Amino acid sequence: MNGQRLVSWRNPWFVASVGGTFAVLVFSAFVGFVWLPSAQDDELFKGLLNAICSAAGVPRSWLANASPPVPPSSPVSNVALTPTMLSKPSDASTGRGATLALRCTMCHGARGVSAANTPNLAGQYAPSVYKELRDFQNGARVSAIMAPMVVGLSDQDMRDLAAYYAFLPRLSVKTSHGNAEAPDVVATGAPMRNIAPCASCHGGLTDKVGAPWLNGQPLTYLTSQLNAFATGKRRNDISEQMRNVARQMTPNEIDEAAKYYAAQ
Amino acid sequence: MLTHKRLILAHFWLAFAVFGLAILLGEWQMYIRSPLHAWLRNPDLYYRSVTAHGTVMGYVFPTLIAMGFGYAITELALKQSLIGVKWAWAGFWLIVVGSITAVIPVAMGLSSVLYTFYPPMIGNAFYYIGVVLVVVGSWIWVALMGINMNAWKRANPGRAVPLAMFANVAGSYLWAWTAVGAALELLFQILPAALGWTTTINAGLSRVLFSWTLHAIVYFWLMPAYIAFYTIVPRAIGGRLYSDTMARIAFAMFLVFAMPIGIHHLFADPEVGSGFKFVHSVFTAMVSAPTLLTVFTICASVEIAARLRGGKGAFGWLKALPWDNPQMLALAFSFVMLGFGGAGGLINMSYQLDATIHNTQWITGHFHLIFAGAIVIMYFAIAYDLWPHLTGRAMNDLRLMRTQLWLWFIGMIVLTFPWHYAGILGMPRRMAYYDYSNPGIASQASTVILSVIGGAILVISAMLFITILVRNHRAPRVTPAPFSFSQAVHEPESVPVALNGFGLWVGLMIALTVTNYGYPIAQIITQQHAQVPAIYIGAKR
Repeated sequence: MNGQRLVSWRNPWFVASVGGTFAVLVFSAFVGFVWLPSAQDDELFKGLLNAICSAAGVPRSWLANASPPVPPSSPVSNVALTPTMLSKPSDASTGRGATLALRCTMCHGARGVSAANTPNLAGQYAPSVYKELRDFQNGARVSAIMAPMVVGLSDQDMRDLAAYYAFLPRLSVKTSHGNAEAPDVVATGAPMRNIAPCASCHGGLTDKVGAPWLNGQPLTYLTSQLNAFATGKRRNDISEQMRNVARQMTPNEIDEAAKYYAAQ
Repeated sequence: MLTHKRLILAHFWLAFAVFGLAILLGEWQMYIRSPLHAWLRNPDLYYRSVTAHGTVMGYVFPTLIAMGFGYAITELALKQSLIGVKWAWAGFWLIVVGSITAVIPVAMGLSSVLYTFYPPMIGNAFYYIGVVLVVVGSWIWVALMGINMNAWKRANPGRAVPLAMFANVAGSYLWAWTAVGAALELLFQILPAALGWTTTINAGLSRVLFSWTLHAIVYFWLMPAYIAFYTIVPRAIGGRLYSDTMARIAFAMFLVFAMPIGIHHLFADPEVGSGFKFVHSVFTAMVSAPTLLTVFTICASVEIAARLRGGKGAFGWLKALPWDNPQMLALAFSFVMLGFGGAGGLINMSYQLDATIHNTQWITGHFHLIFAGAIVIMYFAIAYDLWPHLTGRAMNDLRLMRTQLWLWFIGMIVLTFPWHYAGILGMPRRMAYYDYSNPGIASQASTVILSVIGGAILVISAMLFITILVRNHRAPRVTPAPFSFSQAVHEPESVPVALNGFGLWVGLMIALTVTNYGYPIAQIITQQHAQVPAIYIGAKR
């Protein structure tokens, strides 16, 4: 041991370990980057350089030559929501929203609550209000009443309105739906039918951005919207999430869920 | 000679205390998602529990065992008092503070992100800060192990570092380097998002960095068990270690091959190229070399013990083994579980076969069989062996110890074999409940009930284990014979310079990390569109 140099080509341990490791590396790199990719039929693997780049994960334009995406037959939502958007509105924004909201009071109530079977907006998550306003404006969500109301709103107007309604106190302060009274579809969903629990997005267990707070919404409104999603009449939900859920729900489940949330 | 018994006992006791609590969570999880319990009305409770169970069992428990055992080895093998005792206590208290800091937000439901973090999910910042403190505490131990070994080498020029210490330092260096991946992920990606400094995160990069840690951490958990295989069991059963050199080679190979293989956890991830996945698959296969080397060496050492006790014949010597010795029993059980777990592991690391079991209950079954089975049963054996030397009291409950080990073995088989099977049937892991009334998955129900029974047996075994340790503290005082590690058939007078230090092996480990991780990391960092919005967990709006 004494006097022996570790890093030396005369040290057999050094030669064997470094050489062996290098050999394994070269072998596996050859198989992984050259041999296996070259066995692919895909055009992007043809040729040595292409094979190596594809196997290394260099971003490629896989669909460069494919036909362009089919345009949708009706307007789709183009709102990009992020969890932190509208989370800290300025006082000025909320105040401006209050003024703008005067035109909404006839249906949605003076303080965001009304008995007109329209959604109660008091305490609604700001991104949800903002998204629906945008969708009404571009036609992704169809409503003969709302469309003329939003036609002249700027993007900032809609942000201000969202901030104002989020600022108003909620009708119901109940926050947990993991209890015995909640119907199964609210608390547990139905995993084999791909129905997530309502409460896992709409508050109560957890909430997801874009999903509205449902407590205390009118029964008629909740039922009509679930049915509209189920039949595909309403289609401004992100990635068809609500349509996929509502289609799988039985009429009884729709009834139970709507009644439960309306009673909160 | 152990001069810092309190330090070592503190590590072991804290480890076993948190283990005793976390195992209850594990069994509760198994129970509530079995057909024996109605669906949980709040699935988040399940994810809180999984996060706490994983964080404790994956980060806190094995780290404390490795540290406590490492301090013991330093004093027992080098026969010198531990250098840096105050630092060692500082590391211990960092782990205590870190664990408490991490577990509070988890219990409050603010960080149900599971111990693998899963960005873009982002939990409460204190959870991650707690985990970082645990890792920093363990890095103090890494530094102390290196310092102590080098001090001994300076005082004993030309002599071979005792095998136990060589292996112990190998484990600490492996941990130091493998923890870097998750540390980078936590410090530069997750914490900035958790603290609100950024609102997006490169989730693909996070997953690659975490894979850097995720697989090699298993070998860090494994190191104390392997040290026990080589340096405790042969002595405890009255045999000799078959080859000291082979042992050193095995530990050196673990150091080299444990690291550049983690991308086999990302076979289904689109952001890593298939070429790198294949390379990692090949290097994962290389880990079988030190594993099989160990199985061979230890079987040979056990045979030596049997023949010294008069065993005869090609297999007849097996009967001559001291089966009433808990160390013998633990080793045998550990090897059986390592064998089955290793066979399953070959499927996980195969690029194509993995697709059949990826993210199913098979995976959970696999790592419980390897870690909670083959490895933790050796943690028990280590405690049984060291305890009389730590407490100065007799370890008389041999029967109880054997019962405890048997129960752990049986419980682990009953827990994990059906778990593997459920995975083959396609049952996904990490779900709070399953609709067993659906004919499509009704056949999986009975496997989960079996696993609940296995888990219950494990809980009984764990309680028995803690009882045995507590009873020892009240046993009559004795003066145990001086502690010794296994002697090799040919004790090394001097070993090649490569096997007396870590320059070569750490160099190869880092070089392979660069070749196997360098490009995937560099490539994903440059992808601006890979930034996705952080999803805040448990946020009240």
